[in-house]
Amino acid sequence: MSDIVLKTENLTKYYGGVHALEGANFELRKGEHVAIMGDNGAGKSTFVRQITAVEQRTSGKVWFDGKEVNFAGPIAAREAGIETVFQNLALADDLDVPSNLFLGREKVLFNLGPFSILDRKFMRKATEAALIRTAVKIPNLSNTIRHMSGGQRQCVAIARTATFASKLIIMDEPTAALGVQETMQVENIIRTLKANGEPLILISHNMRQVFDLCDRIVVFRRGKIVANLRKQDTDGNDVVSYITGAKTGEAELAA
Amino acid sequence: MAQTTHGVGGLSYDAKRRTWPAEFNVFLALIILVGAFELIGRVFLGDSFLFNTRANVDTIFNEARLQIIILQVSIVGIIAIGVTQVIISGGIDLSSGSVVGATAMIAMSFAQVATVNGNPNPKAMFIEQGWTDLPVIVPVIVAIGCGLLAGLINGTLVAYSRIPPFIATLGMMVTARGVAKWWSKGQPISFPTESFAAIGKGLMPVIIFISLAILFQLILSYTRYGKHCYAIGSNEDAARMSGINVQNHKILVFVIAGILASLAAVVLSSKNLTAQAGMGVMYELDAIAMAVIGGVSLSGGRGSIIGTVIGALIFGVIISGFTFLRLDAYYQEMVKGVIIIGAVVLDQWRQRLRAMRA
Repeated sequence: MSDIVLKTENLTKYYGGVHALEGANFELRKGEHVAIMGDNGAGKSTFVRQITAVEQRTSGKVWFDGKEVNFAGPIAAREAGIETVFQNLALADDLDVPSNLFLGREKVLFNLGPFSILDRKFMRKATEAALIRTAVKIPNLSNTIRHMSGGQRQCVAIARTATFASKLIIMDEPTAALGVQETMQVENIIRTLKANGEPLILISHNMRQVFDLCDRIVVFRRGKIVANLRKQDTDGNDVVSYITGAKTGEAELAA
Repeated sequence: MAQTTHGVGGLSYDAKRRTWPAEFNVFLALIILVGAFELIGRVFLGDSFLFNTRANVDTIFNEARLQIIILQVSIVGIIAIGVTQVIISGGIDLSSGSVVGATAMIAMSFAQVATVNGNPNPKAMFIEQGWTDLPVIVPVIVAIGCGLLAGLINGTLVAYSRIPPFIATLGMMVTARGVAKWWSKGQPISFPTESFAAIGKGLMPVIIFISLAILFQLILSYTRYGKHCYAIGSNEDAARMSGINVQNHKILVFVIAGILASLAAVVLSSKNLTAQAGMGVMYELDAIAMAVIGGVSLSGGRGSIIGTVIGALIFGVIISGFTFLRLDAYYQEMVKGVIIIGAVVLDQWRQRLRAMRA
């Protein structure tokens, strides 16, 4: 139990009558990179939104870092150490790189409630350090995100998760909108994270990427987890048959 | 010769290839406009728009005109400071003009004198209660209370009911105008105390406008509140997912806008020495127009108070310029409309250009 970073039991989410997620049992161990695959609408993003408390779950339990948790919102989840790179990037286009990295957790000089004075110099320095650590290349930190390429934006989003000491990183299709070179850059960052022993959940449609970067593959179909496969025990065709429903039933890992 | 500088990760970029701040273009437009009036004045009237031409006055510029240019936009300018913050946060506030009307009525009724020329003040609302000749702080606090309440209702509606800000503040616009008329059953409220009248005397409105503009420009640039205004206006979902309390922020923005509208009401009623239910009609649209001309994007996320102040000055220059050229006031409004459209078209064109270069 001690090396389990994240565990969910019967995690369920209904949107009115739509059963977006039903009875998901999931485990993630220290240093492990797990891929979540599945068709559109299979419940992958819903699953992530329940863990990060962007939405409140209908029922089920979540353990994180050895404790049962019930986050009130995304900020609580983040304070506990879950960092997320969202599908739609969650960047503010009109702000520059440091402002985006520190969005929602600005470093302040003195605390005056909402009118706290920002420590801009510190945030700029910390941003530079974070980008260097993740080997991200950005020409000008003062440029607004609006004027950056898709790859640079994604790198900023990922660097954000790496800036803050995190216990779990979740990435929701980080390379979906990227070109070949930009995808490689992002994948390299993920490898760096693996080398540092940081656990990661990767939602992806890209079979090659998943087999390249992850230890284990969990397949969602129609709101349920239908397969939990170790990379060496499976192959692309096998995973595809679970995704499409050609193979059914929960395939458990041999203990 | 392009100067290269190294960014993070060893990428080089041209440090000189810097895009102008949006305010610079607006400022340029202001200069061109002033220049145009100067030129037309010299050619057709033989008079200068900007410079002093009277022999008995010893100044370079026509100071009276410069003062009027700023003075006549100061009160709407105070509203525009709040409206700018609302628009940057991705909202809109249509209620400010009516809030000015309602606040002016209510605040003025607490600022009245008991006797006028030895007779009891015929307009005093609270003469029976003895609430006359109150210290100036009372009407000011009452006014701020009104603005706060209006802003709180606007903000709460927008933040919690998912009513679009356009509709929520439209409702407040109609309601607050109703309050303004109901308060004294349509009667004007007059004869304020001397200390209340001092607030809007002479150049005081300009001083208040500029001080508030500086204060809020600093707040937008250097505080967490300011950063969150831009973040929410730029990508509300991202702001929420980053853990920003978007609902509280929206309430705060509307409260600030409401308070600024109520301060404008104090200055306006003090300057006019009277409050009437019809005060501030259309001010909300003038304030929005000032912001838009000043480069504030109606889709949120972009703009500044400095820009809005320059936008206000453009307004002032147009009004003064038309008076100077002895053109009818009717043309002013037509030209104002054209300038608003022109400002937005120019801004979008500039954005496209920037996106292409990036």
